[in-house]
Amino acid sequence: MHPARRAADGLVRARLLGRWSWPLSFDCSINRAAQRDALVSHRRLCTNRARCLNKEYASVNEGFFWTPEAEIGSLLKRHVKHQIRRFATSTKVNRNSRFDSLKTNDMEHFKSIVGAKGVIVDKDELVAANTDWMHKYQGHSQILLRPQTTQQVSEIITYCNSRNLAVVPQGGNTGLVGGSVPVFDEVIVNLGAMNKIIEFDEVSGILVCEAGCILENLDNFIGGKGFTMPLDLGAKGSCQIGGNVSTNAGGLRLLRYGSLHGNVLGLEVVLADGEVVNMLGTLVKDNTGYDMKQLFIGSEGTLGVVTKVSLLVPAKLGSVNTAFFACEDYTSCQNVLKEAKRQLGEILSAFEFIDRPALDMALTHLPGTRDPLPQSGKNFYLLIETTGSNETHDKEKLDAFLESTMEKGFVADGVVAQDSTQAASFWQIREGISEALGKAGAVYKYDFSLSPEHFYKIVEDLRDRLGSDAVVVGYGHLGDGNVHLNVSAREYKDELLEKVEPYVFEWVAKHKGSVSAEHGLGLMKPHALHYSKSAEAIALMERFKALLDPKGILNPYKVLPGTSKTVSTPASALNAESAVVV
Amino acid sequence: MKIMVAVKRVIDYAVKIRVKADKSGVETTNVKMAMNPFCEIALEEALRLREAGHAKEVVVVSMGGPQCAETLRTGLAMGADRAIHVSTTELLHPLTVAKLLRGLAESEKPNMLLLGKQAIDDDANQTGQMIAGLLHWPQGTFASKVAMEKGSDSVVVEREVDGGLESLKLQLPAVITADLRLNQPRYATLPNIMKAKKKPISQVTPEQLGVKISRDLEIVEVIEPPKRKAGVMVASVDELLDKLKNEARVI
Repeated sequence: MHPARRAADGLVRARLLGRWSWPLSFDCSINRAAQRDALVSHRRLCTNRARCLNKEYASVNEGFFWTPEAEIGSLLKRHVKHQIRRFATSTKVNRNSRFDSLKTNDMEHFKSIVGAKGVIVDKDELVAANTDWMHKYQGHSQILLRPQTTQQVSEIITYCNSRNLAVVPQGGNTGLVGGSVPVFDEVIVNLGAMNKIIEFDEVSGILVCEAGCILENLDNFIGGKGFTMPLDLGAKGSCQIGGNVSTNAGGLRLLRYGSLHGNVLGLEVVLADGEVVNMLGTLVKDNTGYDMKQLFIGSEGTLGVVTKVSLLVPAKLGSVNTAFFACEDYTSCQNVLKEAKRQLGEILSAFEFIDRPALDMALTHLPGTRDPLPQSGKNFYLLIETTGSNETHDKEKLDAFLESTMEKGFVADGVVAQDSTQAASFWQIREGISEALGKAGAVYKYDFSLSPEHFYKIVEDLRDRLGSDAVVVGYGHLGDGNVHLNVSAREYKDELLEKVEPYVFEWVAKHKGSVSAEHGLGLMKPHALHYSKSAEAIALMERFKALLDPKGILNPYKVLPGTSKTVSTPASALNAESAVVV
Repeated sequence: MKIMVAVKRVIDYAVKIRVKADKSGVETTNVKMAMNPFCEIALEEALRLREAGHAKEVVVVSMGGPQCAETLRTGLAMGADRAIHVSTTELLHPLTVAKLLRGLAESEKPNMLLLGKQAIDDDANQTGQMIAGLLHWPQGTFASKVAMEKGSDSVVVEREVDGGLESLKLQLPAVITADLRLNQPRYATLPNIMKAKKKPISQVTPEQLGVKISRDLEIVEVIEPPKRKAGVMVASVDELLDKLKNEARVI
């Protein structure tokens, strides 16, 4: 048994801290009130992943560093007012008893709203809708609704609000933090049937469409008219624009086209009480009042359900060049980035980083991939793309850039794609690393924003820390400072996870980074929010949540640490007196 | 041995082709161009033969307007030693190309002529066969394997034909056209791209080769293929049988 847990058992007997009882075995049931628990079952992480999603945080600002090896004694030394996190061996979130469960007349009512075709109770379809893309989280919803209009969404949500039924808005279900699947029996509202393109202005490049449109389909549609979507990600064949907006998806082209906060011109959302708020402007500049749509972009479905999106899309430029470089060390990569920004300037459209283990992973597990630089033997690789309107001009700039980086010794070796098939082969490697990691076995996935100097240091530090226990892989959007840190092991193990967390979160917090650069918080990371946001900021978020969704029916248990509580005073989450551990 | 490789500049393989409004051809302005994939494979084979020691020099040749220089630079970046650009702004058809190549072959005297089996814009699949006829050289087309003995003056070509694989032994000089499975072309590495800038591209005109460019084909019209009609969902097997019998008339 882990020393921490053994000591914890001792504490139960000692009853030193009368307010909570320590975990007895796998049970983190501290809440004395009779509550229905349900263990969130994990298909792949079943014995390991977890912490109790309780309201207890260690305040990093106070200089508290919790490590799994911490002696219980030193834990006791913590000020009682500070809350301490514990590890159990299964994620345990208690189902909030305020939410009612589905009854037969609810089903009938839903059928009257969306029609019989819009209500899905088929076992297989439900399993798919209840399980996330990584097969890490599985909910137990009994019903999947597919509304076809905003009015139907509004009626569904109004009804659920009145009946205290929790709702999970769902799009393409490609999220990586468990934010798009139910935790318990929440009603799944899937917007996939709302996939109409409403209008597209070819002069201004403004696209208005429903939330269920698949990103790749939108890209193909506007591609035919000479435009391209401002975001591009590996999931583009399945993800829907409503979900992209709700999670403020980043992707490969954020470096060039900016984030959705800038590209979304308007939204139509349905609030938790069913009210439809039309903010579907199509104006690039509109400083009239508070820009409320920004609240919904990135709130992961917890403040409102996005039903329509108005997006500014850039022109699709014809001259694209892709290059794959090998660098001697990480400092050279940083130098190449500086050079690229200066010399390629406005034509730079992607700057991706892949380390040797990541490249090996992709080459080993993905069929049909080819090492672009088989003789290089280096440990750091860069994938750079330029997009411009004039091939001659771009080639000149690219040639100058290539010459100077080679002369200055920043680049040890490299290849330039001569046609789009070769370019696609480079992207196949970069976009396939995630899939390759999944095939390789167990993977712990992290997504951090760090300054360029720390971008790779965390990978190296974690590698030293884990030694031969696991393969630590680092890749990501170096141009945006977003590293995807992945730990690949043969199987999921308690001991391994405890070495990784909260070490990586604390590392990131110490270097003032973000614990979730683009993936969001979902179900996986609300407990880590405090590492990157101050207590006051979190309190402000809780206030907005209480204002817009007082009953907490929209995507409960996710994003904010306080939302699985049974109260209407969200700030109490951080109040030691009323802290309730769920 | 000297190998000459003829390459063509075509619209990039992945680009969605659009027909011009006046139906005279396809849109080529502001469209990404690249070396014909089969020509890339032919060039790669020539480079491999040189690396194996069977050839001393690889010369890459292209014909057309000034933008051909880009395609030739790509060829040089892959590793060719020299390039020749036959500059003309006329539209070239396979027979004219073959005649120009004959002129070049007579001055350069290569021992082997490698081409792609066809270009992906016209899918003609004629140039290789025509030049072999004009030069009276043996030809090994649709090559999926090219093998040479050290010091020998013949080459064994394995061809992909409808019935399977055919092996031919050709006496050099010979014409070989490359098929898809011959090899996987290399990427152009940075050092080679830098070196390619210094390699010479010599300019030649059709008149210097003694060829008068005449239009032997006239493009009447270019139209898009008819759009695929959407499928129809049938409700039952009886309805399917009815449709097959009465509408499609296949039973």
